Amino acid sequence: MASNGTKIAIVGGGLAGLAAAMKIAEGGHAVDLFSVVPVKRSHSVCAQGGINGAVNTKGEGDSTWEHFDDTVYGGDFLANQPPVKTMCEMAPSIIYLFDRMGVPFSRTKEGLLDFRRFGGTKHHRTAFAGASTGQQLLYALDEQVRRYEVSGKVRKFEHWEMLSLVLDDHQVCRGLIAMNLQTLELKAFPADAVIIATGGPGLIYGKSTNSMVCTGSAVSACYQQGAKYANGEFIQVHPTSIPGEDKLRLMSESARGEGGRIWVPRKERDMRPPTQIPENERWYFLEEKYPAYGNLVPRDIATREIFQVCLEGKGVGGENQVYLDLTHIPAEELDRKLGAILEIYEMFVGDDPRHVPMRIFPGVHYSMGGLWVDYDQRTNIPGLLAAGECDYSIHGANRLGANSLVSCVFGGFVAAPAAIEYAKNIERNGVDGSRIYDQELKNQQEINDRIIKQSGTENQYVLHQEMGKWMTDNVTVVRYNDRLKATDDKLLELMDRYKHISINDSNLWATMALPHARHLDNMLELARVITLGALNRNESRGAHYKPEFPERDDENFLKTTIAEFSGEGPVFSYETVDIGLIKPRKRDYSKGKKSAASTSAGDAGGKSTS
Amino acid sequence: MSKSMSTTAPQKSVEIHIRRRANPDSPAYWEQFEIPYRPNLNVISCLMEIQKNPVTKSGERTTPPVWQMNCLEQVCGICTMVINGRVRQSCSALIDNLEQPIKLEPMSKFPNVRDLVVDRSQMFDHLRRVHAWVELDGTYDLGAGPRMDQDQVAERYAYSRCMTCGCCLEACPQYEGDQYIGPQAIAQVRLFNMHPSGKATRDERLEAIMGDDGITNCGNAQNCVKACPMSIPLTKAIYEENRETVLYGLLGWLRK
Repeated sequence: MASNGTKIAIVGGGLAGLAAAMKIAEGGHAVDLFSVVPVKRSHSVCAQGGINGAVNTKGEGDSTWEHFDDTVYGGDFLANQPPVKTMCEMAPSIIYLFDRMGVPFSRTKEGLLDFRRFGGTKHHRTAFAGASTGQQLLYALDEQVRRYEVSGKVRKFEHWEMLSLVLDDHQVCRGLIAMNLQTLELKAFPADAVIIATGGPGLIYGKSTNSMVCTGSAVSACYQQGAKYANGEFIQVHPTSIPGEDKLRLMSESARGEGGRIWVPRKERDMRPPTQIPENERWYFLEEKYPAYGNLVPRDIATREIFQVCLEGKGVGGENQVYLDLTHIPAEELDRKLGAILEIYEMFVGDDPRHVPMRIFPGVHYSMGGLWVDYDQRTNIPGLLAAGECDYSIHGANRLGANSLVSCVFGGFVAAPAAIEYAKNIERNGVDGSRIYDQELKNQQEINDRIIKQSGTENQYVLHQEMGKWMTDNVTVVRYNDRLKATDDKLLELMDRYKHISINDSNLWATMALPHARHLDNMLELARVITLGALNRNESRGAHYKPEFPERDDENFLKTTIAEFSGEGPVFSYETVDIGLIKPRKRDYSKGKKSAASTSAGDAGGKSTS
Repeated sequence: MSKSMSTTAPQKSVEIHIRRRANPDSPAYWEQFEIPYRPNLNVISCLMEIQKNPVTKSGERTTPPVWQMNCLEQVCGICTMVINGRVRQSCSALIDNLEQPIKLEPMSKFPNVRDLVVDRSQMFDHLRRVHAWVELDGTYDLGAGPRMDQDQVAERYAYSRCMTCGCCLEACPQYEGDQYIGPQAIAQVRLFNMHPSGKATRDERLEAIMGDDGITNCGNAQNCVKACPMSIPLTKAIYEENRETVLYGLLGWLRK
């Protein structure tokens, strides 16, 4: 086979990157795999619930078409439909492949894979390995890629960070520049194609449910070098996460399913312990505002209401937190039904949720938007592909639970053959090829040198905090155009102040300061894409909600937002969405989890809080 | 905000002592820091606070301490360090539950890179060595995997939760230099030797843990199983694999 020196570089070692690496190595081609952490420690480990695939082993009449319809419908029709359909068709075989790799999926009595229910569907479609499915899937791919590492097909560059692409005079991607995170050495890595698989940009919001590596930095670098970024404004915020001093940890929706009640003290800044606040001084605001649904209002409503209460200063202690109270339910019942998630809360907060109400707050969770790709995961830059959360292709305006893992693997599996096909057909670099690498190496070295030399008075961690606060306050759940504009102004101010940071670390060996400074710069650029994309989209769709424009507006906005970098900021254009397979329809909120602000009659989903 | 008059007033500050090292060739030293107390702090959020403004308790400017972190949910394993003498993840080490001053040290069984960062690549080397994977024929669609009963899956799941954090190796008195491969890799041998397809290459894995630094170096201190944050039955894995290697060795001798 034609493996004559074909080399694909993959940036990111989560599910998408490892899936692509495995496929390419299996095809006999060489892979250079870059990751800022050992790949086994990638953010995919945090996924818990499971992975979707319509296998219909429960006799429910499920089908891949039903999965496809649920996904498109849940995404409020913003996704191009053909790749979603292909993913749903491939999903069962992806699950079976992981089964063969030895993932300890939970089993039925007959020894078959078990499947459970998840949001946005009426079928048992989610395979799961305990409550750590992401960890188990990641490990399975890590093991297979290690096998190819031993056979010499895969070279891992862990603790190396991609700083930029190397583009030739025709804007064709010829490799990348990466930095060794211990020595700060920069090196050019020629490649026939580059696959970006670096996950989401949650750190732009300061604290999120994302891991600390989820800065979106590499994606932003690609964007700044000419890659299109699509639907950036679509950011999923989960209603219930555990506010921490360092991050937001997810608290499963099942707590409310089992009768959990959300409340805040009626008196603002009531500092009494929650158990000493009598019933009539508690404001069960979801139950009061949505008597039909109570605490089980669909996810976007719950998120919006909790967020609003806190923005108005009515959160517990005046902070961004409300109570999620399970203390009225007998402890033994809680242990039986919710044991695992209660243990997480206990471990990180130190309180026992059986006796003390949990403090929760919506948390930035996932980016539906990302690098623009075609149906073969190719970006607009020849030789550059993208897969996983960092691409925009599958989830439209809102992602369904347990679809992220399948979309990551699917993206990697599509990107791999597309990269090989591309690599086979390109002209290799000529003799003067080293010029473009030397030039880009020099560019990146100059940026590092400049940051290291700077001795300004601004503190990069303070700037990051400010960005996170502004983005969280203004570009998450409820969006107003004046505030979006003000946020963009703030981002411009932060970009200006960024020029005056000092990295404050005289020891450059294994420093965290320089990489963070590089991330911050890139995060600011991407923050503008998210913010201005939201400003421009005058409608409400999926996770993007504007009170000034509360309805979905298909006539004007059934379009993909495309942002392209320019020296003056992002330039926006819009692309038609391929809706050829399923005609867009209004989401029927009475049966779906995503409901409009309407509180008219309906069933919250058959669960009772009694 | 009004101050509580209670005699059990919350601590107003957090004192942290960090064992530091500028680079692998320079000596280690201790530095003391003090940060304002807030509820729900963990070790990581204290380190972030110090990083923002790296000034020691005595008011001297210093370099920001360096550590590793990622998931902050005790599932990636990267932030492992020795906290008040006990090896654990720093993300789940809550200040309210720790005695002060809080002493942070890098793990001692791995090369110290800088401050609290160590190089645990030897653990991944072990995974390569013991062939910790199923030998797939290929990734194309070959249908479902083998049927398994839930009890067997549950046992494998326990081993499969290993996040390669290194707590077991730090706690193990036998794990030092190249003397002993350690419980982490042996548990992964167990994980794959239990699998219906993984069994096919069982012998390769057994041979990998039968050398001079192999499974027989376990001194049965049982520290590993106590130190494991994922409650992996490491001693059971060692027992089972020890049995397998003995049988395999015996049969190998008979074959000769």
